[in-house]
Amino acid sequence: MSERDINSPEISRLPRVIEPGHSYATVTDKISSIVLTRPVSFGWLAGFSISFAIVMVLLGSIAWLIIKGVGIWGINIPIGWGFAIVNFVWWIGIGHAGTLISAILFLLNQQWRTSINRFAEAMTLFAVACAAVFPGIHVGRPWMAFYMFPYPSTMGVWPQFRSPLIWDVFAVSTYGTVSALFWFVGLIPDLATLRDRATNKPAQIIYGMLAMGWRGSARHWHRYQSAYLLLAGLATPLVLSVHSVISFDFSVGIVPGWHTTIFPPYFVAGAIYSGFAMVLTIAIPLRKAYGLEDFITMRHLENMARVMLATGLIVAYGYFMEFFLARYSGNKFDMYLVDQRLHGPYSGYYFALILCNIITPQLLWFQKVRANVAALFVMSLVINLGMWLERFVIVVISLTRDFVPGAWGRYQATFWDYSTFIGTMGLFVSLLFLFVRGLPAISIAEMRELVAHKSEEHE
Amino acid sequence: MSAEPHNTLYGVIGEFDSAHALMAAARKIREAGYKCFDAFAPFPIPGLSEACGLHYGLKGWRHNFVPQLALLGGIGGGLTGFFLQYWVNVIAYPMNIAGRPLNSWPAFIPVTFELTVLGASTFAVFGMLALNKLPQPHCPLFTVERFKRASDDGFFVCIEATDAKFNLSDATKFLESIGAKFVTEVRDED
Repeated sequence: MSERDINSPEISRLPRVIEPGHSYATVTDKISSIVLTRPVSFGWLAGFSISFAIVMVLLGSIAWLIIKGVGIWGINIPIGWGFAIVNFVWWIGIGHAGTLISAILFLLNQQWRTSINRFAEAMTLFAVACAAVFPGIHVGRPWMAFYMFPYPSTMGVWPQFRSPLIWDVFAVSTYGTVSALFWFVGLIPDLATLRDRATNKPAQIIYGMLAMGWRGSARHWHRYQSAYLLLAGLATPLVLSVHSVISFDFSVGIVPGWHTTIFPPYFVAGAIYSGFAMVLTIAIPLRKAYGLEDFITMRHLENMARVMLATGLIVAYGYFMEFFLARYSGNKFDMYLVDQRLHGPYSGYYFALILCNIITPQLLWFQKVRANVAALFVMSLVINLGMWLERFVIVVISLTRDFVPGAWGRYQATFWDYSTFIGTMGLFVSLLFLFVRGLPAISIAEMRELVAHKSEEHE
Repeated sequence: MSAEPHNTLYGVIGEFDSAHALMAAARKIREAGYKCFDAFAPFPIPGLSEACGLHYGLKGWRHNFVPQLALLGGIGGGLTGFFLQYWVNVIAYPMNIAGRPLNSWPAFIPVTFELTVLGASTFAVFGMLALNKLPQPHCPLFTVERFKRASDDGFFVCIEATDAKFNLSDATKFLESIGAKFVTEVRDED
């Protein structure tokens, strides 16, 4: 019995990855109808309007920032980074689960990824878009942001390639591009389905152009599968590299609390942790609103909960090692920083972080909790909050407690810090609303493959 | 294609019930000696391209070339990434920073890696599209109403008129004899 056999005794007690009774046609119909035939519901309109209004808050905040400068934020020396970098790292981290689901689980032949990979990849793209806002506007003169790229300027000046901040530019822009390509390649067959099923002319033209004449030819599929597999293989080291490079932004510096070798693996684990939490935050309302419980089954939710538990434990190990190594090093600055985390002015954030990221997720050991949709939804929000607090603790506590007491400071976020952060959430959610109505949220072609696979097993 | 602009015969298309039937049909068509034909399915079927003759050295089918292109893109991207940094730091804008060597190659690795991945990925995707001759807004097959089901639950084969052995009535009869339904000729409308 192969490990892919879903009816093997050890797997069959789990809920199914797709409910029985589906054929190619019902899968096509059910997923494409959300885009093509379903009328715009009041809930969608209300949700989109609210989130779009929040996008206006973002645009207003950015406009005010450009008028007044970064002084409208709470940042000042020694806290030059503040919310902008906290939010940047948080959003990029969220994106990582999308790539993990679409690339790593694909390489590992995990069938349960099929129905969640499409919107998880969309989530990646939108999260990267939200993340990219922050370094762009944080540089002080956003219209000069292109200085970060190596181009032959008339001044003859080039970026400093020995700096992790420049590595970041390359890592994030490559990550955004490759994620977009991966997502689009996955979409091509489904765009062809939408083109063929659309009944009005504009939809036929738009989906027709996007599908680029895809017709499911055997030779096309052959090359398509090669390209998809290659992208998965390339995206896997890429996703690990991106958060490693982001952790270098911190760990290459000699600031106490940042300068540790545990940072790259622990940042990657934290990214996947928060990303899976966000996938759950999106998947639970999505399956409910569009009746996709047949496709996004309890199996998916439970598996995601398991991944959260595992990555959460890696993150907990990271926190412990940070703590341990600081004490073990005997370095007084590192030891003092640990002391400040526990007893300093921001200790409340640190304890909230431990509560959100280490203590609460231990409930996921219980099958009853993993099978409870409401509990999982709350848990996913708690973990998202916890991961944001983690980045806040890393950025703010270290920067406020530098080597010399004369360089110490305090950080207080302002209204504009919050409005920009909440604004990016609005951007993220409104992009998701548009995505759900404009493109198939579940890969139709891959679901057909799953149906074919299931029917073969029954024969 | 012939010079005749109107109503050019493109081929004969037939539909099958399932992936298995399509596989069997593709094998039979190949065994009957046809070379220019293609199978269409709403999802990738393992072995279908081989059943159509991928490994049999037919024109345009022998190689997939996508992995080779990705390798080329990866090597190109990596070299670009490294030598961009080398050129900037050693030749264009040499600057002594704390006595570090101008060619600080370990610090150049992250950007080299990122551009390797970028090069390989873009070559894989755009190479795949180019080899598949996409985007191709119009294909004569799109004039067949039933062919819309190729993106839903229909399995089709099309024997193309460019095949040396092609003859409209023979090909139609042959497709019907191997169990194809809705066998119709495909004509390019303009």
